Amino acid sequence: MTFDESRLGNSGRAYAGAWAEGRAALVGYLPVGYPDVSTSVDAIVALTQGTDGVGCDVIEIGMPYSDPVMDGVAIQRAGTAALERGVRTRDVFTAVSAVAATGTPALVMTYWNLVDHYGVRAFARDFAAAGGAGLITPDLTPDEAEEWVAASDEYGLDRVFLVAPSSTDERITSTLAACRGWVYATSVMGVTGARTQTSDAAPKLVQRIRDIDCGLPIGVGLGVSNGDQAASVGSTADGVIVGSALVSTLLAAEAAGTPQDLTALRALVGDLAAGVRRADRA
Amino acid sequence: MTTRMPDAGGHFDRFGGKYVPEALFAALDQLEREFRAAQADPEFAAELRGLQNDYAGRPSPLTEAARFSAHCGNATVLLKREDLNHTGSHKINNVLGQALLTRRMGKTRVIAETGAGQHGVATATAAALFGFDCTVYMGEVDTQRQALNVARMQLLGAKVVAVASGSRTLKDAMNEALRDWVASVDTTHYLIGTVGGPHPFPEMVREFQRIISTEARAQVLERYGRLPDAVLACVGGGSNAMGIFADFIPDASVKLYGFEAGGDGVETGRHAATITEGAEGVLHGMRTYVLQTEDGQTKESHSISAGLDYPGVGPEHSWLAATGRATYEPVTDTEAMDALKLLTQTEGIMPAIESAHALAGAMRVGKRIAEADPDARPLFIVSLSGRGDKDVDTAMNWFGVDGSADTTTGGVA
Repeated sequence: MTFDESRLGNSGRAYAGAWAEGRAALVGYLPVGYPDVSTSVDAIVALTQGTDGVGCDVIEIGMPYSDPVMDGVAIQRAGTAALERGVRTRDVFTAVSAVAATGTPALVMTYWNLVDHYGVRAFARDFAAAGGAGLITPDLTPDEAEEWVAASDEYGLDRVFLVAPSSTDERITSTLAACRGWVYATSVMGVTGARTQTSDAAPKLVQRIRDIDCGLPIGVGLGVSNGDQAASVGSTADGVIVGSALVSTLLAAEAAGTPQDLTALRALVGDLAAGVRRADRA
Repeated sequence: MTTRMPDAGGHFDRFGGKYVPEALFAALDQLEREFRAAQADPEFAAELRGLQNDYAGRPSPLTEAARFSAHCGNATVLLKREDLNHTGSHKINNVLGQALLTRRMGKTRVIAETGAGQHGVATATAAALFGFDCTVYMGEVDTQRQALNVARMQLLGAKVVAVASGSRTLKDAMNEALRDWVASVDTTHYLIGTVGGPHPFPEMVREFQRIISTEARAQVLERYGRLPDAVLACVGGGSNAMGIFADFIPDASVKLYGFEAGGDGVETGRHAATITEGAEGVLHGMRTYVLQTEDGQTKESHSISAGLDYPGVGPEHSWLAATGRATYEPVTDTEAMDALKLLTQTEGIMPAIESAHALAGAMRVGKRIAEADPDARPLFIVSLSGRGDKDVDTAMNWFGVDGSADTTTGGVA
């Protein structure tokens, strides 16, 4: 399998690099602003390092939003707390700069109204200036993305759209054609959140996507919470996306009265990074 | 108005559209296909007409409110009596249509969001009639202020989920219903109660509510021999307003007024006057006016009326406002409660607090016309979208009525 170089953008190259090592890429998500902006930036940078310097290949920074319809309780709780504590849209650029300084590509996952209200072109400009790689847009599909496609072309940013088990072949085709970087495959029908078992829908969806268009790396998200699950998903997908489980370590740290303690976060990143490295890739 | 609205992608010019997770596209496409097929199917129309007439009690009367009109300048106010429908509001019109579609799609479960509980009760009612499983999401704040409707839904066999996230009102109920739907879409239809959400809901709900204006237009022409000068309705998400506007939109001489919840007054920031005070944005799958912060976070709305307490509005209303075809004004809690009491005591009709916003608007517009032109004798149609039984607790608190008798007579001293 070889990816189409011309479509890899900024973040797809990290997938290609992992693939060259014979493994899936690890994609880690945390929201900016939880437990506070400064600690969240430390935590997001820690995603690139784990415990012993081996961490995520791609970073997804979440922007807290008042109406996060795709998110489960863990990400909702962190996002609501971040908003109550005053996180602003502009804080995401601080986090992006910090990640970019490590050399790891930083994507932002955001509900569309935050970008829309900032101004799509202005957001693309400021985000690119901060060193951002691209956006993941859970409630913006290519159908409504004309302005974003133009702005991301102008500023050389990746566009990661989502596909789902319910997507038709026609929509998988058109969605992948609109993506740059990689495509986000939601492995289960449902909101974000750790699950005890990842769904068998994931390998099926990955295979369907590859049969239609094998030029773009495929990241699989929704439900991965430990190294064994990462190994399992990483045996078929090009990237393993982990979010709620990472957020949960920060929620637990705050509940324990040590909101700035990133020990558990780093340990989980290490476990996940080891997981994608022991995946049995056929 | 020659251009068909919305377009194939669900756009009313720049408003509307489909801003939803990819996971929902298949379901929205299926729904649109089924809706189009049903629109072309005489059997569907006949079955819906049968339910509307023999189950919901349509057509609803058009009542001339003579004593109330005396408080509206020189206007004659006609009330379109959606309060007399089965379940007590206009919501049943849309619910019966979508319930038939649910059955056509082979789905066995419906979910709904509700604010005041009118849509939740209507959905629970249709679920009982059609034998669907039913879950209704309701903001925790609203379950408290509309406890009677929670009990009604439970008695009808529905499960009521109180939503404790966010502002714990209608918008958060909609978020939770969308989360449920993403995970359950194979078996579940999300029975949206307003002309909002992603395409095809705004168009579909308008079409199921259109009967309000189809009837009202025929009734006023038959009885008064002319079109009304103005049609007035309250607007939260805007389904009763779209229903009573729809057939009058091509009648250029008929002014259309929507009254939003002004809460404590728009100057206080505690209101739900989305079109008056909001900015264009994306919420719940649609581009529309939204009450939002300078970062684009949705603001919490405030209204004494749970059914109008929503920081967005249906996209067709945004379009009607932007084009100037309809006029939208805020009405405060106080104005609405005064109008509620006035209608109750002049006509013996207790309106829902939602509908009382439209009545207060009629008083305001009627007086305004009388000032500008004392010789004018305007004819108004007001959408009386629901009855006030559910609001008795709120009204008791507002007016300081404690439910004890005025005097006691008889008995032994």
